[in-house]
Amino acid sequence: MDPSRKYDRVADVGIDDGRIVEIAPRIARKGRKEVDARGLAVLPGFIDMHVHLREPGREDAETIETGTAAAARGGFTAVACMPNTQPVNDSEAVTTYILKRAREVSRIAVYPIGAITRGSRGETLAEIGEMVRAGIVAISDDGHPVSDGQVMRRALEYSRLFNLPVIDHCEDLALAAGGVMHEGYWSTRLGLRGINPAAEEVQVARDAILARQTGARIHIAHLSTRKSLETVTRARREGGAHLTCEVTPHHLLLTDERVASYDTHAKMNPPLRGRDDVDALVEGIASGAVDVIATDHAPHTLGDKMLEFDRAPFGIVGLETAVSLVCDRFVRPGVIGLERLAELFSLNPARILNLERGTLTPGAWADITVLDLQRQTEVRAGTFASRGRNTPFEGWSLRGGPAMTVVRGKVVWSA
Amino acid sequence: MASLSQKDLLSIEQLSAEDIGLVLDTAEALREVSARAVKKVPALRGKTVVNLFFEPSTRTRSSFELAEKRLSADILNFSASSSSVTKGETLLDTARNLEAMAPDIIVIRHACAGAPHLLGTECRSSVVNAGDGMHEHPTQALLDALTVRSMKGRLEGLKLAIIGDISHSRVARSDTLLFHKMGAEVWVCGPPTLIPADFHLLGARVTGFMEEAIEGADVVMMLRLQNERQNEAFIPSAREYFNLYGLSRERMRGARKNAIVMHPGPMNRGVEIESEVADAEYSVILDQVANGVATRMAVLYLLSGNSGLKPGRESR
Repeated sequence: MDPSRKYDRVADVGIDDGRIVEIAPRIARKGRKEVDARGLAVLPGFIDMHVHLREPGREDAETIETGTAAAARGGFTAVACMPNTQPVNDSEAVTTYILKRAREVSRIAVYPIGAITRGSRGETLAEIGEMVRAGIVAISDDGHPVSDGQVMRRALEYSRLFNLPVIDHCEDLALAAGGVMHEGYWSTRLGLRGINPAAEEVQVARDAILARQTGARIHIAHLSTRKSLETVTRARREGGAHLTCEVTPHHLLLTDERVASYDTHAKMNPPLRGRDDVDALVEGIASGAVDVIATDHAPHTLGDKMLEFDRAPFGIVGLETAVSLVCDRFVRPGVIGLERLAELFSLNPARILNLERGTLTPGAWADITVLDLQRQTEVRAGTFASRGRNTPFEGWSLRGGPAMTVVRGKVVWSA
Repeated sequence: MASLSQKDLLSIEQLSAEDIGLVLDTAEALREVSARAVKKVPALRGKTVVNLFFEPSTRTRSSFELAEKRLSADILNFSASSSSVTKGETLLDTARNLEAMAPDIIVIRHACAGAPHLLGTECRSSVVNAGDGMHEHPTQALLDALTVRSMKGRLEGLKLAIIGDISHSRVARSDTLLFHKMGAEVWVCGPPTLIPADFHLLGARVTGFMEEAIEGADVVMMLRLQNERQNEAFIPSAREYFNLYGLSRERMRGARKNAIVMHPGPMNRGVEIESEVADAEYSVILDQVANGVATRMAVLYLLSGNSGLKPGRESR
């Protein structure tokens, strides 16, 4: 299945020297190595455009080595890593370090995302051009919103010089008011400070206006409400804004009721929302309103996470569960087909990040994700390749998921 | 021996109407102990109770301590300032360390909602929530119910008006859940900025107008207004707040004849309640304090056989 050219049939895939050379119903020439993929789905390599690899700085929580191993195990051939490391990736030096480490230890592709502002403090622009030269594919202050409208406007104007997407974590901090979960019945019931959905929606609306005015490309990270999605859709339709968005598997599958036992594995930002928002996001992945599914993989040590709900950090891991969850809950029941799946996980992230990936066209890198829609697995954090064990899906029994991950023609993981 | 069906008392929500009735009946019976010359019964002799207070508290803490002493329990007091909490130990580690000393009951007060749940999941001891963040304060609601039942003879069919800062109040949540469960008509009233989202789903009628809340009420419960709410833009000023939501003798005229006034304390005289009202004959604020000891004795007694039940279960 190749969504870039609507190719969908039973066929052989020929790979040579790391690139796809031929796709045909039957390739007669014998290969040096052959993989029998009968009954499986062969898709362009999945790209998770929103992960936190924690290196440099928090290697106790995750490293580039463990994070990318987790990605391969989850069916991803590439990841884009957020800059909120210690130090923040706001300079050529940090970008270069991440890429060097990735070459040494990673079997999949790693694309660093640079910070928008120095130290992600939201005040002055980071050396974006220098980082572009070093190899970043986007800029983002993820984890921190760019609150100052003028700074955001400048960043957007500047990003156009490099045709660089700006990934925004939309959150009006004053409206979020130090909240720890979605504001609604459950926050009231549990006595936890709520985050009003307007905190996200207000900034998505601002971004929609700025995207249109500056002509820059904005990608909304982890979009989580119906109104945010409506704003994005309207801005694209009416304003011609270059606006794209991603949702996470957890926002597609869990509601704020999951917080009821004060389980900190249900604490993330944006928070788990109510049923209506979840329904809107699910409609969005089916209709095409949502461009990308990304995990926001956020590993934390158990020591950091096993605290009072107020005090635990936001975030959960996602690399090793995302594809299986989406296969089990949305592909198998027919909410989305394989073509949409490949768009959400491969073609669209590649396009947004300007990567020459996301396709199985002859000549392209042979980055391939093979899925087995029959394969039965159970989520067990204890078996993760990631150092992070913080998943809310422990014990979930899932049917369908990755069977093999191929990067530049090499099998980097198989079930 | 009668006992509650759960290992822990974490919330009013987990209690059935029968459980609540049992606590109140037991408390009523135990009230007599405090009237004796020798205020002590051997019900908890040989049992160890740990009082784990991570938040300053005078009233609740002394009330629990007195209840424990009158039941002859061995007591260990543990407060945030004097413990290793200040050295950066996590709640989980504190819990495990306590667990190693095998107490029968742990009473916990904590600024974070859900802290007692975390403790209850990790410990074999029975955990009693003595107030967690903005979540619940179940023994306060139980003592309020005991006070109302003693005065009115019943809970069912009464109109209870809770007035003030509902958002930040664990007492408002626990009282609403309890009185609603027992068949009372619960109204909450405060400025819209201090009413949390979807509060009506807890079983209360919500209004911003004090007259509507008090109209025909049998019980008027006033909540404390923290000074900092002004700076956080919840209300314009203490003056305007008193004008709209302060309890004056005049406002009390809207209530039913023989209505009572309650306050979980500590009171801000002149901010949410007029001094004369606080001291009036229909004020039962000090009865609440006296009933607190009996209620906590009842809770401790009813849980004392339950430690060692499987941890980690709370029915929702």
